[in-house]
Amino acid sequence: MSSGTVISVENLGKTYRVSHQAERQRYVALRDVLADRIKGFSPFRSRRTASRSSTEDFWALKDVSFEVRQGEVVGIIGRNGAGKSTLLKILSRITEPSKGRVRIKGRVASLLEVGTGFHPELTGRENTFLNGAILGMSRAEIKRKFDEIVSFAEVERFLDTAVKHYSSGMYVRLAFAVAAHLEPEILIVDEVLAVGDADFQRKCLGKMQDVANKGRTVLFVSHQLGVLKALCSSGILLKGGKSHYYQRIEPTIQEYLDSFQEAPKAPVRNNPFIESIEIGLNRKGPGHVFFGEALDIVIALRKLTPAQIGINLSIRNQSGRLLALFSTNPHDGVRIPVQREVRLIFTMEFCCFSPGKYFVDIAVTEPAVRIIEELPNAATFEILPKCIGGHWPYEARFGDVFPQHSWHVAVC
Amino acid sequence: MTASASATPSDLHAPVFDLTLEPGSAEKDYWLDLWRYRELFIILAMRDISVRYKQTVIGAGWALIQPVLTMIVMTIVFGKVAGLHSDGAAPYPIMVFAAMLPWMFFSSALSSASQSMIGNANLISKVYFPRLIIPASSVVTSFADFVVSLLLLIGLMSWYRFPPSWNILALPVFIGIVFLAALGPGLFITALNVKYRDFRYVIPFLIQFGLYVTPVGFSSSVIREKLGAKLFFFYSINPMVGVIDGFRWAILGKNSPLDLPGFFLSLLVTALLLGLGISYFRKTEKGFADII
Repeated sequence: MSSGTVISVENLGKTYRVSHQAERQRYVALRDVLADRIKGFSPFRSRRTASRSSTEDFWALKDVSFEVRQGEVVGIIGRNGAGKSTLLKILSRITEPSKGRVRIKGRVASLLEVGTGFHPELTGRENTFLNGAILGMSRAEIKRKFDEIVSFAEVERFLDTAVKHYSSGMYVRLAFAVAAHLEPEILIVDEVLAVGDADFQRKCLGKMQDVANKGRTVLFVSHQLGVLKALCSSGILLKGGKSHYYQRIEPTIQEYLDSFQEAPKAPVRNNPFIESIEIGLNRKGPGHVFFGEALDIVIALRKLTPAQIGINLSIRNQSGRLLALFSTNPHDGVRIPVQREVRLIFTMEFCCFSPGKYFVDIAVTEPAVRIIEELPNAATFEILPKCIGGHWPYEARFGDVFPQHSWHVAVC
Repeated sequence: MTASASATPSDLHAPVFDLTLEPGSAEKDYWLDLWRYRELFIILAMRDISVRYKQTVIGAGWALIQPVLTMIVMTIVFGKVAGLHSDGAAPYPIMVFAAMLPWMFFSSALSSASQSMIGNANLISKVYFPRLIIPASSVVTSFADFVVSLLLLIGLMSWYRFPPSWNILALPVFIGIVFLAALGPGLFITALNVKYRDFRYVIPFLIQFGLYVTPVGFSSSVIREKLGAKLFFFYSINPMVGVIDGFRWAILGKNSPLDLPGFFLSLLVTALLLGLGISYFRKTEKGFADII
């Protein structure tokens, strides 16, 4: 072990118990437990009862090992579901690991959410003390920094107003200000900087930079690759429950972007519901669609669908940011027949995503109840540039989307 | 902070870690950890109390109206209609009120503790602290109402010109006991409620049922006369019987002698429930963040 190590993670793993049929929510109803017990005693014990309790262990983190030295600012990257949140939760002691070991030296503060524990009925002053205590500051410490926190948040005039009367900007500013004045040796930050206006974000980043410059250790999760690049010295890429540590942040980001290229193509593994996904077959070859033309996504479903299901289709850009989510909804008249082979065709008449590469996540749901199966990065497609109405080709630098719109000039 | 201050040169070569997280590590230093987080405990309790009394004008009023109305109804039903006797020469309303103080505290502590985890779900899934703090601070919140009703009792006693005896000095001891009597089952129910989300439908029934098997509206001496000393001993398995007899002994003085075997049985059950509550809570709390 090298000197100056403040966090040492060895073979860390975390399992969650995933139950397939019986549970609709994560918690159990006592009624069901009792009913199952009683059925267990009765001679009419059916096979259905046995299948109800079928559970499976899901490893959110499998084998994660890394070391962080004092003063490092580590960016943690990974696709959705790679285990970033689980890792942060273990490091902040919210949940226990299932295997492996974490050793930490120094006081840890974690900021997984801005304004945790804020109560709308309490005043700004009261909430500052409350939130500070929740984040691990002592009363004396908060008192000492109180003026600084208040002026950072720019809420001096509203200190004795209940925060339910605050604007959302003020709320977030106060919440972040409290967190920013934590002085731990190790700071764990989840994607919380993506709040507030641009001005305030800059201020927050400056504060993070200060923390880093003072020789404190920071672990930072974000999808904003630019921010990571600016702030972090080293990186950890989480992928399939495992971790890869990099001395510098740039290769981490590169590796992360490359991981999207490996996205599995249709047909989709041995998934119980979805047979294949095809995109834009009728245009310029599979997976390519011209900007402004129709985007078709065809999802072929197997015959096995046991009950009413729905499909959620989400579209992400290259840095993993969710751009749109579409779902079939029986109330809108989209009914997927049970026990039939079905081809589900999604059409966007005017494809308004700017040219570039996109990723499609598919989730099979029990409508409005739960997600049965998730297929992240089930397919990819590329939008090709095209001139619309004689203008220049729309490009990514003009924004992520370019919806159909019109201008009207009214002369007064 | 202290870790870096106490760093010695040898630390540079073999880092000394302050904290080790591995499966089952939450068990170690459990009570020490609880002590470290005492400030959070106080602040959470203060938050709940101030929200409760701020939200409504009724907040404080409710703490007054509820026990007074209940006392009047019970005095009429049990004292006048059923014609049950009071303890010695003590006025019936005071005897009822002396029991309602601990009972209302007990029942409101149970129901608010059971809701506390769900109510603070976002805290639990975002921040670490010993989870025991949450139900414990909700019990403290119910205690605020208890203090308000205690003032009412003083008013009632001066209205009836019923001076307390020296026994009243022992009241803090019994207050401590009712606190523990509420905490034990409270923790148990809290943990059950996180795990089985429909358990909350059972709680109001349990509390209502408890009211019938607890001598609130009538003196426990009435029960003793009907059941005989032996059966009454088993009646004291209900820990609130001992607590209420204790309160009446402290408030009503020699009008209400304390049945010692029964009282100690209640104490024993209280301790047992507390141990059971804490151990079940500790067993399940590790998983709270995963299922809440």
